[in-house]
Formats: sequence, structure tokens, C-alpha cells
Amino acid sequence: MIIGLTINGESRRLEAAPTDTLLTVLRDGLGLTGAKRGCNQGVCGACTVLVDGQPMRACLSLAVNCTGRSIVTVEGLAEDGEPNRIQQAFIDTGAVQCGFCTPGMVLSAYALLQENPHPSEADIRVGLSGNLCRCTGYRRIVEAVQAAAEGDRR
Amino acid sequence: MSRLSQVGVSIPKLDAREKVLGEARYIADMAIPGMLHAAMLQSPYPHARIKSYDTTKARALPGVRCVLTGDDVPDSRMGAFIKDENAIAKGKVLYVGEPVAAVAAIDEATARAAAQLIDVEYEELPAVLDPAEALAPGAPILHEDLDKYFKVFAAICGGNLMSETTIAEGDVDSAWDSCDLVVEDEYTTQPQYHLSMEPCGALADIDANGRITLWSANQSVFRVQANVCEALSLPMSRLRCLTPKVGAGFGNKMEPHIQPIVVALAMKARKPVKMVLSREEDFETVRARHPFRIRIKTGAKRDGTFVARAVELLLEGGAFADDSPGVLGYSLLMACGPYRFAHARCHGRVAYTNKMRFGAFRGFGNPQVTLAGETQIDEIASRLRLDRFEIRLKNAMRQGDRWFGGQKVESNGLIECIEAVRKQLAEVRPRAPEPGKRHGRGVALCAHISGLLATGAIVRLLEDGTVVLNTGAVDIGQGSDTVLAQICAESLKLPIEKVAVASPDTDGSPYNWGTTASRVTYTTGRAVVGACAEVERQIKEHAAAILNAGTADIELRDGGMVAVRGANVSLPLSAISARAHWAKGGPIVGAKTLVYEDPTIDPKRAAASGLPFGAIGVFSFCALATEIEVDETTGKIQPLAAWYAVDVGRAVNPRLVEVQMEGGFVQGMGFALSEELVWDGPRLANPSLMDYKAPTALEAPHAISTTIIEALEPDGPFGAKGAGELGIVAVPAAIANAVTDATGLRLHDLPLTPERVLEAKLAAGT
Repeated sequence: MIIGLTINGESRRLEAAPTDTLLTVLRDGLGLTGAKRGCNQGVCGACTVLVDGQPMRACLSLAVNCTGRSIVTVEGLAEDGEPNRIQQAFIDTGAVQCGFCTPGMVLSAYALLQENPHPSEADIRVGLSGNLCRCTGYRRIVEAVQAAAEGDRR
Repeated sequence: MSRLSQVGVSIPKLDAREKVLGEARYIADMAIPGMLHAAMLQSPYPHARIKSYDTTKARALPGVRCVLTGDDVPDSRMGAFIKDENAIAKGKVLYVGEPVAAVAAIDEATARAAAQLIDVEYEELPAVLDPAEALAPGAPILHEDLDKYFKVFAAICGGNLMSETTIAEGDVDSAWDSCDLVVEDEYTTQPQYHLSMEPCGALADIDANGRITLWSANQSVFRVQANVCEALSLPMSRLRCLTPKVGAGFGNKMEPHIQPIVVALAMKARKPVKMVLSREEDFETVRARHPFRIRIKTGAKRDGTFVARAVELLLEGGAFADDSPGVLGYSLLMACGPYRFAHARCHGRVAYTNKMRFGAFRGFGNPQVTLAGETQIDEIASRLRLDRFEIRLKNAMRQGDRWFGGQKVESNGLIECIEAVRKQLAEVRPRAPEPGKRHGRGVALCAHISGLLATGAIVRLLEDGTVVLNTGAVDIGQGSDTVLAQICAESLKLPIEKVAVASPDTDGSPYNWGTTASRVTYTTGRAVVGACAEVERQIKEHAAAILNAGTADIELRDGGMVAVRGANVSLPLSAISARAHWAKGGPIVGAKTLVYEDPTIDPKRAAASGLPFGAIGVFSFCALATEIEVDETTGKIQPLAAWYAVDVGRAVNPRLVEVQMEGGFVQGMGFALSEELVWDGPRLANPSLMDYKAPTALEAPHAISTTIIEALEPDGPFGAKGAGELGIVAVPAAIANAVTDATGLRLHDLPLTPERVLEAKLAAGT
């Protein structure tokens, strides 16, 4: 069936089977491979995207249920091709290792800071607790979100 | 070397930008026009003879392009130490989940549906699921032809005994009599899943001449090439291996996963074929950390001086040898820790069992033996009423001491590491626990070796004076491309922006054994320094000719310039390279290859049998302290803080060293506390992130600090040694020691789950 939705600010109409997940449509249909398939079970968070501003597991979201909604993927965060302040903070604090969890982490951080622009460390850890990272031990990722929040304050 | 500008600086990783933008391509993100998608059928039995296949229904499904079974692959075998593994099950299946057949089709759903339509007729055989039972007389044998398999070392093996190794020094048997205290304990550790965030996958393309190009999630394009060619009897020149970005390894991507199957499918279909494992398949078929059974005995004098140690190991190896002989040998080599023992004997066996292969995992057996050794040292300290730091300082290896087995240790910053951590612990006041909670602190030391085998580097000076560095080392996310670029830039006094790092390619890169054994910074870094020295030599010859001076008077200057020493005038490297390209001598290329050669065993001091490596590498050191909280009601253990002091030689990029410790701690605490692969009979019961509990940002301690001690390695690049595994090795031991500090309980079995803590409390009546 044909569904209409907004992806990274652009209206799109595309073909999706009733069983297709949003992740499949993004990755295979639209070539937006920033969202990663880490478990396909809603645990690891590597496929996190924003649906109407809320962080969602693209692997658990049926594409047809996203009809009419606005989706933001990691590809939609850059501003004029440049990393946004959260992405830049991830670079600057050394929060990126293998990078497979990074898009999901960045989007979870984005959603957290939208809702709570000045989170405590505990708030950040709760906000990122649905995203697994196996490389960093999380310290630098938490610092990146703190730095992005601080940058906003300045 | 007096003034370093590129080495010792925490520049951001070169790949960070593409990763935060979501532009980095991993294997699952790749596609080729006309590409087929593959899926596999897995064995339902732990041990069975394959009598026949019926692929009629699968082949008849619309969209299916080809079906592969064991009948399609030659009876040739691959393996890092013992060549015992076919490309896909052939003749027998050896574990539940083993790939038995595979399908290539126009899309993944069709391939998966078709794979389930393949009928395989099996004759079930008795299975063996325990290493001790596997070694008992009358046990069902997994590899009837083990004697005939090719082995890369003088393996002691037979039946289900995969490998047996002994290392001995001094006279342990008579040493016990001279000890005032002898402590003997048993420990067990569980299988741990690597959980690289990226599941394994591969994509193979084939050209009209039958030459194959293979991309895959890997830690070594050269090991992929060797394994696939061995398993499929292909000349290595027919297979080119490349790498996309790799979503971490930790050991699970060093040796093969599904690459041989994907190549065999592409050859049969004569089309590009891609297969990416689901998380469940990745759990069930790749590899995991070996379960260990450890018996350890240590003897000491009343004043705390260590005298003797004996260690006996039994490892479960799974269905294929993979890296098991290496893990066994290495854990025996590390089983005395960084301490002086006049007498030691370490002996171990690893057995085949009907489970998936156990193999390399960050630490390579060292975390398991370090758990046993370091908790036993705390026990000895407690019985002798000695301070835990004092007993370690008394026995720690000093500069000039040799390692167990006799190898010389050139650089050793261990004592400084211990003092640094002791000072930090003294400065941080323990937090008062909330009611119902107890706090404790634990300390553990370790060493880890970086090195092994062959590596190389090619440095090319381009026409405009910029440089391409090509090493064949796969950056699996830890930042080796960045570190090697820093070493190259420093060697040639170039800004880092002028150094590009080539992606590994078996056609164009010099051999690199792999991104494993904490080795890239040390071994490949040495090759980069050597290749740069050759480039520098050629630059100086050209400069001498242009500037009418002797080569000895020419110097490189910052920013890609070259000049006569003391002169004001300097030439850009572009002028040198232009002369080389267009007039004299030919383009400037520097190359260096090397293989690590210093012997592990000194036969005048020690005896070894069945050891699978002759020369291994250089030593990094670590002291770790951690503070934990134990919930008295639930038994749950929560690490609160960790303090590392690590001697990694020169820290080329200090922040990348620190992140290795931070990530190592959290992966190590998962191993210590919550992560366990559980088998229900022959079947893996928890191949899912729902049922396999790795630490999140909530469980990870909020504070992990790292002090870097730089005991420079004489032949290391700018003095560097390895850092990749060092951070995980001491974690289970430090946590276990902290649990004892908090509760008085001494637990000997990992993981330290709340149930185990409560059971130990009940047993102790506390």
C-alpha cells in the first residue's frame, strides 16, 4: 500500500507492505541507513528515530502506523550539512567509538534535551538508558549531552 | 623525539564526523545492483550425521536463485590453530544452530522462507555438553579425524581433547613445604557474549573471470581471506577482501563467521550475495567467551612473600577449535599475574563439546585467571593480616624482572600504577551507605600483552606533498586509524590533515594479521614508524640534491617542510615529491613489514609443552580499584566508581586510552555481574537482548578515572604499548574483592548475581 509521511521535513509517498516496519522502509526503501538494526526487538535502541518529536524504536513501529506523521532520522539533524550541537558535542567529547549506537544515542539525546534542556546527570542516564553502547562505558556520551546542554545555556 | 606535537594529543577520532551524521557505512548498509539476499537453515540437533538433503521445495519457491548445502563445498577445513571447520556443516552437525544450508534469493524474506523449506535427514548422535564429560572415556567424539587435521603448532590433542598446555618454572612440588600458608580454591566463570552492537554480515561479488570481492564485518581482511580460501580451496589471489566500517569486534569478528557461506553462494549463483545475521543468529552461531574451571593454589611466607603457584584449567571449547588453543596457552602464561613466583606450574586442557565455538574475547582468558589469582591474593593478605596494597607491592614484578616463562620485560610501570591507585583511594573518602546497603572497595592488578605476528605499513608521498598511509589494519571503532595517522604525522612532521588513511584491502595493503591482541598501536605503529623513516630517507636525498648539501645536514620541519639544518630557507614536500614523480628517482614510497620475534619461553628458565605461540609481545600494566554497593535485601551489586592507573607506554591519544578503560570496565562489570549465556540442554536458552543483560547507562558507574603511566617501550612507536584489552582484565577480580570488603563473603563463581550473593549470605549465616 501507499503511505504518506514526512521524513526529515520532506513529504514522501511510498510503498509499504502492511508488515513492513518503519526501520525497513527507512533503510531499504529510502536508503536512510543511519538508523541501525541492532536487535530488531526494541531493546538496543540503535534504530531510534523521532516520530512527531518522540523517540521511537523504528524496528517496532509499523510503517503504515506512521501515516501522516513526521519522522526525523539522524540524517535530518545536520544543519546545512554540518553536525548540530549535539552531534558536535559527541565529536568533541570523544563519545564516538564504533559508531553503531551513535545515531540512536544522538536522537535520544535530542529528544531528552527538547523535553528537558538542562538535565542532571541522572536525568541524562535515564534518558539514554534505552540505548545500549558496548564500547564507551557511557561516560563520554553523558558528557557529550551535558556539553550540548551547556552550549545551549550559553 | 624530544618535542612531540602530534603524538600525545587527544585529537577527535578521524571517523567521528561521519558517524555522528549517520553517514558511516557498515556491512548492513551496503548494496550492489543485482544483489541477492541470503538466509540460512540452522541445525536442530547438537550432534547428528547428515544423511541427505532435499532442496526441491526451496528451489521451487519463486525468487530463489540458489541453494547451498554441505555437498556444494569441498572437504577442506579452516581454523586459526587446528583446521577443523568446513565452510558449512558437511557430513555432521556439531551444535544446535550450526548453519546447515543457505539460500540466495531476490529478497531476504524469500530467502528466509526458502531456507525453512529445505529438508535435511539426520541420524541423531549422542551429544556431549560438558568439557569434563567430553574428556571421559567413552564420550561421543566430535571430530573423528582430529589426528589428520592440519595444526599450526605441536598440539597435544586426541579424542575430544582439543589442546593441552603446560608451562612450568622452578620446582613447585617441593616448594609447598617451604610455605607458611598455602591456599587452594576453585573458581568457575561463565560464557559471555561479545555483543558487538553490529551483528555480523558479509557481501560477496563475483566477476566474469570468477574473481571474488568480499566485504564483511571483520577484524582482519587478511584472516577473512585466509579462512575463506582454506574452507573453499580457493587460491588466495582469487579473493579480494575489503572492509566497510565495523561496529565493534571485541574478538568476535577476528576469525570467520558467515563469510565462507556467502562466498560459496556468490560463486554458485554467479551474482552478488549479501547476508546479515539477525541478533538471534549472531548469538547462536558466532562465538563467545570460554567458560573456565579454575583450580588455583598459592603458597606464601608469613611475611607475605609469594613462593609458589599451581594452576589447573579446564576450558570448554565448543564444536570447533577456533582460537581456543591460543586462549588456553595465553591464560596459562598470565595465570601468575605480574608477580614474582620462584616456582610455578600452570597446566590446562580445552575440550570439544557440542556447543557453538568459544573463541577470542577481549582479555583472551586473562580476566578469568586474574579473577582467581587476585581474589586469592586478597584471601592470603587477609589470613596473614597484611594490607592489600602492601602484599602486592612486596611481590610485584620490578623493572628488569622476567615474565613467567622467561621472557624479558623491557618496560614496566607497575609499581607506579599501584602507588597511583593507592593514593587516589586514600584521597577519596568512601561514601556512607544508605540504610540496607553496604559499600566496599576492591583492588586488583594485571598485565596484558600486546603484539603477535606480522604487520606492515606503506607510506606514499603524493605529488602535492600529502601522504596516504596504508596498513591493512581494520579500525573496529577503537580509533586505530586515528592513532596510526598521528604516528605517521609525527614521524614526518606533517599536520594530521595531510595524512589520509587507506581502507584495508588485501589487494593493496601490506599484510596485517589483525586488530586483536591489543596489537595495532604497538605492532602496526612500529611498521608506520619504519615506513616513515624510509620516506624521510628518500626525502632527504632529494633535498640534499636540490639544496646542494649532505643528507646528514637535511632536516624535516613542521608543516611538511624540509631544509638544511640551521638555514632559513625551506622547501615544501610538494617540491620534493614533484622532483621524484617527474624527474629523478621515482615516486617516494616507504614500506616496512615485521613479525614479532622475541621468544616467550626461555628454555634455560622454564619448560613448556603444547604452547601454541612462540613469540607474543610486550607488556602493559594496570592497577584498578573499584567501589561498590551491595543491597543487603536483594543481593544486587552496583559499582559506584572505578580508578585505573595504567602503564601503556606512550599514550599516542590519551583520551582514546581512557575510553578503552571506561568501556573495558563496563564490559567487565557485565561479565562480573549479569551477563551469561545459558544453555537449556543442548539449546542456547537466551539468544536475545531481552534475556541477556548487558549494562546500560544506568548501571554503569558514574565515575571512572584513568591515570596514565608512560613507561616507554624501547622499540614501541614513540614508546607506545597496547591498551585495548588491559581495561577489562582486572574488573571481575576488583569487583569480587570489593564484595568481600563490603560483606565478608568470598564468591568463587561468576556472574556475581543477586541470587549468588544471597545464597552466600545464607550459607555464612550473616
